[in-house]
Parts: sequence; C-alpha cells; structure tokens
Amino acid sequence: MTTRASQNNYQNYFVYMLAFTSGFCIMGVELLAGRILAPFFGSSVHIWGSIITVFMLSLSLGYLLGGKLSTHSASLQHYGTIFIIAALMLLPIASMSQWLMEIIFLAIEDSRYGSLVASMALFFIPTIFLGMLSPYSVRLLVTSSHESGQVAGKLYFVSTLGSALGTIITSFYLVLWFDINHIIYSFCSLLACLGLFAVLLGKSNQQNSMEASHA
Amino acid sequence: MPKSVVSYVLLMLCVLPAFLSTTSHAKVVHKEKSLYRNILVEDEGDLRCLKFNVRSNESQQSCFLKSAPKTLVFNYTKLLMSGLLFNHEPKRVLIVGLGGGTMSNTLTQLFPNAKIDNIEIDDAVIKVARRYFGFVENDNIGTFSQDGRIFIKRALLKKQSYDWIILDAFNGDYIPEHLLTKEFLQETKQLLSDNGILTANTFSLSQLYAHESATYKSVFGDFYQVVHQKNSNRIILAAKNNANFNLVNSTQLNHLQKQLKPYNVDIKHIFSNISYTKNNQDWPENTRILTDQFSPANLLNSH
Repeated sequence: MTTRASQNNYQNYFVYMLAFTSGFCIMGVELLAGRILAPFFGSSVHIWGSIITVFMLSLSLGYLLGGKLSTHSASLQHYGTIFIIAALMLLPIASMSQWLMEIIFLAIEDSRYGSLVASMALFFIPTIFLGMLSPYSVRLLVTSSHESGQVAGKLYFVSTLGSALGTIITSFYLVLWFDINHIIYSFCSLLACLGLFAVLLGKSNQQNSMEASHA
Repeated sequence: MPKSVVSYVLLMLCVLPAFLSTTSHAKVVHKEKSLYRNILVEDEGDLRCLKFNVRSNESQQSCFLKSAPKTLVFNYTKLLMSGLLFNHEPKRVLIVGLGGGTMSNTLTQLFPNAKIDNIEIDDAVIKVARRYFGFVENDNIGTFSQDGRIFIKRALLKKQSYDWIILDAFNGDYIPEHLLTKEFLQETKQLLSDNGILTANTFSLSQLYAHESATYKSVFGDFYQVVHQKNSNRIILAAKNNANFNLVNSTQLNHLQKQLKPYNVDIKHIFSNISYTKNNQDWPENTRILTDQFSPANLLNSH
C-alpha cells in the first residue's frame, strides 16, 4: 500500500513537471511568434493582436477538447501521446514557416489579415494540443472530488509559472544566444522526450498494477 | 585636419546651447500619444524640435530653425547627404523613417524632378510633419504609412527600383529588429538600381556596431562609412555593385559644395571623413551576423 502511494506521489510530481513544461513552451513559442512574423508582416501592434487572438482561441478549444478526451479511459500513455503530437505539430513553425508566410504575403495585401492568417496557419493546431494538456493533467491528478479545486489551483499555479518563466527566459536570454529555429526545435525535443517518458511510465505502471492484481 | 576640427567645435558650440536649454525653457506646441510612442513638438526660441517618448535631448528626432528652415540642424542629417558623393543626381529616392520630413524637403529642393517615396510606420508622425514641420508633398513625393520591411517587399514584387535608399528608422530608444537583418539588407539591395546606393543612419557604440558591420559586409561586401563619435552616430554607405562605387570627381564635388551650402552642409568636410572598410575593418572577423533567425539588436545595443 505504501509503495502504491509513493508511486502515485512520484507520478503526480511528474505530471506537474509536464504541465510546467507545456506552459513554458506555449509562451516561449508565442513570444517567438512576433519575431517569426515580423519579416513579412512587420512588428506593429496588430501583429500581437493576431498572435494573441490565435493563441487564446486555440487554447480555449484545447481546454474544451482536452477535458472531453479525459473522460474516456484517461491514462498517462494518452497524456504522453498528446505531448508527442504537440511536439510534432510545432515542427512546421521552424521548417515550413518561410514558404507558408510567403504564400500568405502574396495573397493578402493587408498586413493585419495577413498576420492573422499566418498565425492561424502556424500556431493554431500545435497550441490546441498544448492546451489539451491542462484539463487532462487535472484528470490524472484528482482522486476525490473534495480536493479537485485544490488540485486544479495547484496545476494552474505550476503551468502558469512555467509560462512566466518561458516568456522571460526566451525573451531575455534564448534569443540572445540561439537562432529562432533552434529554440523551436529544442521545445519540440523537450516535449517529445517528456511525452515518450510519460508513455513508458504509464506502460510500466499498467504492468505493475496488473501484476499486483494477479498477485 | 585641425582646421576641420575647429570648424566642427565651433559648429557644436553654436548649436549645442540651444539643445541643452530645451528642457528648461521649451514650449510644448503639440503633444500626442500615438500607437507607437509619445510625440512631442517643442519650440525653443527659433528652434522647433520633434521628440519621441521623453523630454530629453537624446530623443530628438528632427529639428529646424523657423527663421532658416533650410538649415540642417542635426549632424546625422548632414552626414546622410554623403550619399550624394556617390550618386550626385538621384532620380528615385526611398526614405524609410520620415521624422519631420527634413530629408524629403531638402532633397526635393535640390532635385525637383526626383521621385521621392517616404515610408513612416506611424501615421501620427506623418500628420505632425505636415502640420508643424512644413513637410512638402506634391506629385513627385509619396508618403506611405507602412512598415519599411513590408513596403520594400511589396515594391520588389512591383519591380520598382531606387537610386538612393535612405534608412533612418532607428531612434535611440528602440530598434526595429527586422530592419537590421541580412535578409532585410538583401531585399533592400535588390531594390537598388544598378548605380544605387543605400545610406543608413545607425550606431557607432555598443556591441551592435560589430554585428551590424559584419551583416552589412556579408550582403554588400566592403562599404564606406562616416562616423560621428560624439553623437554615437554613423552613416553606412553601401552600393548595389561595388564596381560602380565611385566617388564624385572634383568638379562634381565643388558643385555639390555650392549646392549644399544653403543647407549648412560642408560636403567637403564629410568627404574627408569617409572611410572604407576594406583597409580598416574595425570589428572582429568572426562576429555573428544578424539574421531573421538571430537579431537581438536591442539587447546588443544595451551592452
């Protein structure tokens, strides 16, 4: 019984760490978005209007979808899979942004709508997946209804703290040391590795609990 | 050389006191918060100045003497005229960063037939230039409220070209980082005509100096520059084809000297201060180039 409890404890820490990392990456990418769009759409205030709109919209949808998904046999494996998908969806931001933005720049004269469409094309889908992680984390952490509020509070605390750090570290240091694409690729690898680890951990937990129930 | 130093010092002595006292006696003529900055128009006796953000002398963008509007007050505007040393009769000019419209006004007086396009990101600055700085517009002068990079990209699509591109979009407080990168300079170079020249008003201090120099060199090869250490200004002069990078001859220089005299520009003095990077590169060879991927210009400028 005690090993089970401590195992759960470890797993909870791990989930919090993952939530922290996703918060970190979301804001890191959002901050870089301004730099990515500037060569084609300028650095005026409407660029930020487009970026923030798209991020808020995709996060809101992500929350909705993540919550829905967590009602069907929630597991650490699924949770890790979302991380891996999010990482894959982030890749085009580095690998395909140039020609995507070129097409949009040619098609749309008004840089407000150009930047909005470009933000949609680049950031909408990966941010939905990153947004799904928050409610899914809550589902993995909550064991009884009376502590659900506290767990959700803790989770928001951790992931938003991650966002704060992601913003400041990216803008103060990472852009001073690295290319934008290298930073994006690093975020992708980080998310993918953690996701993979979550999948493996979930598998071994499953096996353990199966063995335990057999015993 | 000593003579030119003396004339410089004398000039500074004439102009500086007016600047130093602006904070105490200046009368605010116009004040407005635009989308990008605080705009301030101040009168100090005969001198009218456009300022951005704070009431300090460092943020002065453009000044003119009401009694002698032709006179160029700022050293960097005078130094920008150095572009004429390479292309003394520009027919199409692009100015990125309007300020009070001083450059545009001066050039249209000098070359009434030249087509001049002014790009200014801030609508409010354009209005202020028209209202308070006598910014002249006619069939030959276009004004576009747009980001410089976007304008240049679109102009390339329309297959336009310019004999002279003047980049004056940096104020002391904030640098638009996408206007300093290799990719931007490549686009600008493409937009130049075969004899075209780019003059950029930029910085001579901070870490940015080396990064910017290396970036210009990577795109244009060797370039000329005029540095004004005191004001931490420098003007970069880069040509589309270095083979066409010829300075004016002495007859043309004498003519320019006469032409620019009413504007208080001593072009011969500027001529004597021009240096070429080929013989005296003053930044480390391995300096990292600024690109769209890596352009922390504002962070570098503060180091």
